[in-house]
Amino acid sequence: MITPKINGDVIKKYLNEGKRFDGRGFDEFREIIIEPNVSKKAEGSARVKIGKTEVIVGIKMDIGTPYPDSMDKGNLITSAEILPMSSGRIELGKPGFESIEIGRITDRVLRESGFIDFKGLCIKEGEKVWNLYVDIYSINDDGNLLDAAGIGAVAALKWARMPKYDEETGKADYHEHRDELPLDENVPISLTFHKVGDHFIIDPNREEEDFSETRITLGSKKGIISSIQKGESHQVSVEDFGKVLDRMEVVWKEVLKSIEKQIEKNKK
Amino acid sequence: MTTKKSETKSSGKFERPDGRKVNELRPIWAKVGVVPNADGSAIYASGDTIAIAAVYGPKQMHPQHSQNPEKGTLRCTYLMNSFSVNERIKPGPNRRSMEISKITEWALEPVLMLKDFPSQVIDVHINIIQADAGTRCAGINAASMALAHAGVPMKSLVTSVSAGKLDKTLVIDLDKEEEDFEEGEGPTDIPLSFTGDGKITHMQLDGKISPAQLKEAVEMARESAKEIHKIQVKALKDSVEGDKK
Amino acid sequence: MTHDERKIAIPGEVIIKGKEFLPGEGTTKQGEEIIAQRFGLIEESERIVKVIPLSGVYIPRRGNVVIGKVEMITFNGWVINIGASDNGFLSLMEVPRFVNKDALDEVMDIGDIVIAKIWNINKRGIDLSLKLKGLGRVDEGLIVKINSNKVPRVIGKEGSMINLIKDNTNCNITVGQNGFVLIEGQNVDDELLAKKAIQFIEEKSYIHGLTEEVERFFKENGGKK
Repeated sequence: MITPKINGDVIKKYLNEGKRFDGRGFDEFREIIIEPNVSKKAEGSARVKIGKTEVIVGIKMDIGTPYPDSMDKGNLITSAEILPMSSGRIELGKPGFESIEIGRITDRVLRESGFIDFKGLCIKEGEKVWNLYVDIYSINDDGNLLDAAGIGAVAALKWARMPKYDEETGKADYHEHRDELPLDENVPISLTFHKVGDHFIIDPNREEEDFSETRITLGSKKGIISSIQKGESHQVSVEDFGKVLDRMEVVWKEVLKSIEKQIEKNKK
Repeated sequence: MTTKKSETKSSGKFERPDGRKVNELRPIWAKVGVVPNADGSAIYASGDTIAIAAVYGPKQMHPQHSQNPEKGTLRCTYLMNSFSVNERIKPGPNRRSMEISKITEWALEPVLMLKDFPSQVIDVHINIIQADAGTRCAGINAASMALAHAGVPMKSLVTSVSAGKLDKTLVIDLDKEEEDFEEGEGPTDIPLSFTGDGKITHMQLDGKISPAQLKEAVEMARESAKEIHKIQVKALKDSVEGDKK
Repeated sequence: MTHDERKIAIPGEVIIKGKEFLPGEGTTKQGEEIIAQRFGLIEESERIVKVIPLSGVYIPRRGNVVIGKVEMITFNGWVINIGASDNGFLSLMEVPRFVNKDALDEVMDIGDIVIAKIWNINKRGIDLSLKLKGLGRVDEGLIVKINSNKVPRVIGKEGSMINLIKDNTNCNITVGQNGFVLIEGQNVDDELLAKKAIQFIEEKSYIHGLTEEVERFFKENGGKK
C-alpha cells in the first residue's frame, strides 16, 4: 500500500518546523555502507546500502568495436533494473521507466564528468575497444535508489580490474585480472534533491519519496556540474534552484568523504 | 574452459578438482530476512553460487483474467544477474531463465496448499548474484526458506541438490569446473528436489547414465538433501532467536 | 509455556507425538504425530497443539476492525485496500448517514483513509461496515504499518501495552487488526514517539518482559509518565 496521504501532510508539517521523522537534517544522508565483492565473476562489484535501501552494481567488460565517431574510444553501457524483489509495488514485466531513467542518469554522471578515460579503453584504433558494462540491480527499495546507483557505480568501477586481452583469440581472458580501469582520481557524485511540500531534502526514505513533487539530480566532479536531470512535472522557481545549488556545494564534499574512505579501505 | 587432466590418478582413485569427497557438499551458508520489504526472504550460498529469494503474497493476482478461481498461483521468477558469470548475460529474461522459473514452480508447488488461496498469487523472485553451477538448486533452496519465512502454509520445506557423474564416478553438488569436465564419459548433471519426507518434486538430467547408477545417484542426492535441510531449518530458527535478543 | 521456552516450528517438522494431542491451527495430524504446516511458535494448551505465525500477510476475519485506503469508487460504494490479498467493499448502505448516490466522493475520495469493521466474508469478497462507534474516514494523524501478526503484542493483555503507549505519549491510538495503526496526538513529536514505541514492540515482540522493556524505552526517550 502506498503511503497514506495523511502521512504526507504530517511529513510536510514537520518539515515546516525544520524537522524530519527520523531526526535527520534536510541535507543529511542515512548511513551509507559500501561493500566490495558481490560477485567474483564481475570485473568489479559493489553493494551499497543507504539505510534499508540496497543496490548491487557489477562491472563486466568484453571486446567490441568502436563507434564511427569515436574510433579511438571504448564504449560505456549502463543499465539498471529495479527488481520486483525490491518492493511489493513493482509488477512483473518489461523494465519500467524508472529503471530506464536510473540507468540513463547514472550513465551521464559517469560519462559527462570525465571520470572514465575512454581513450584508455581502446585496444586497436578503429577496430577493437573495450565495452564497459555497468549493471545496477535494486535489492530493497526504501527510497533514493537513484543516488545509491550512482555511488555503487563509482565504487564498482574503482574496485574493478580489467580482464587480460588475449591477442591470439582476440577475446577477453577472464582468468586473469590485472590493471585498474583508466579512471580520474576524482570521483563524480550524484546528488538528488527532492521537493517535499515547501522544502528540498536529500536522500528521502520511501515514505518521504512518496510525497516528492519534483527532484533535481546533479552530477558533479570536484564541484563542477556535468549532468542534471529534473524529474517529475512540478515547477521550481529559479530562486529555489539557486538555493539547491548553494546547498549542493556543501553537501557533495561530505558525501565524497564518506564514499572515498570506504572505497579506499577495500581497494585491493 | 580449462579442463583438469589429473582427476584419475595412477592409483585409479578418483579425485575431485577441489578435493571434495564424492558425497561432500560445498560449504553452505544461509540466512533468512535479507530483503526488508518482502513478506519473506532468504539468501542461500553453496560454494561460489549465491541465490537470493524474496516472497510477496499471497496477494491479488493482476491482471484479473489470469486469476484461477480454483486455486492460488505460484509464480516464480528466476533471474541471473548480468555479472554473475564470466561472459556477461544480457539483463532480463531469456529461454533458459524462463524454463528454470517454471521448473522452480513445479519443484515447490507440491508442498504448498494453493487450494486455500483461490484467485490469489504468491510471487517468488529469485536472483542469482554469483554463479558457479547449481544455481537452480540454490534458488529453490532459498525460495523454500523464503516461503516459510513469509508464513505461507507448507507441508514441508523443499530441498534441492544436484547429483552427478564424472566419467564413471558418482558425485554430489557439481561446481562449474566439474560441469565442464571432459574426461572419459564426461559429466552428467542431475539436479533434484525433495520434499521433507524425501519425495522427488523436480528432476532433470543432462549427460549419460545407466538406470542402475541413476538409482544410486538419486539415493545419494536424497542423503545430501537431509544435510541441506538441516541448514535451512537452522537459518529459519536463528531468525527468531536473533529477534529474541 | 513461557515466551522464553517457546519452540519454533518449521513446516514439515514433527512437533509432538502421542495419541492424546489434537492438531490446532497451523498443524496437521498424521498417525500419532502432530506436524507443523507453518513457520512460527509452538503453543500447546489442553492437548491442542498449534503454531502461532510470526510472519505472513494479513488474513481477514469477521469482526476485525481494520484501517484501509479507498482504492476505487463504484456506483454503490467504495473498494478499500486493507492490506490483505483481497480488497474490502464498503457499501453505501453500511454508512450511518445519508449518502448522495451521485457524490460518493464527497463522503470518501480515492486515497482517503478509513477505519472500518469486517462484518462479513464470503466467496464474493470482504464486506465492510461503518455502523459502529469510532469507525469512519480519518482526516488527520499518522499511519504506521506493522506486521499484522504482531498486533496482539502491541495491544497487550487487556490493552495494557497500548495503554502504556497512550499514557506516555498523550496520543490517541487505533490499532487495526490488519497491522495499520493510526496515531493522533497534540503534535508531531508526540506522534513520532508513539510510532517509535510501536516499532520497538514489533521488533522486540518475542522478548521476555516486554512491558518492562517498553517502560525503559519511554524512560530513555522522554515518555510522559
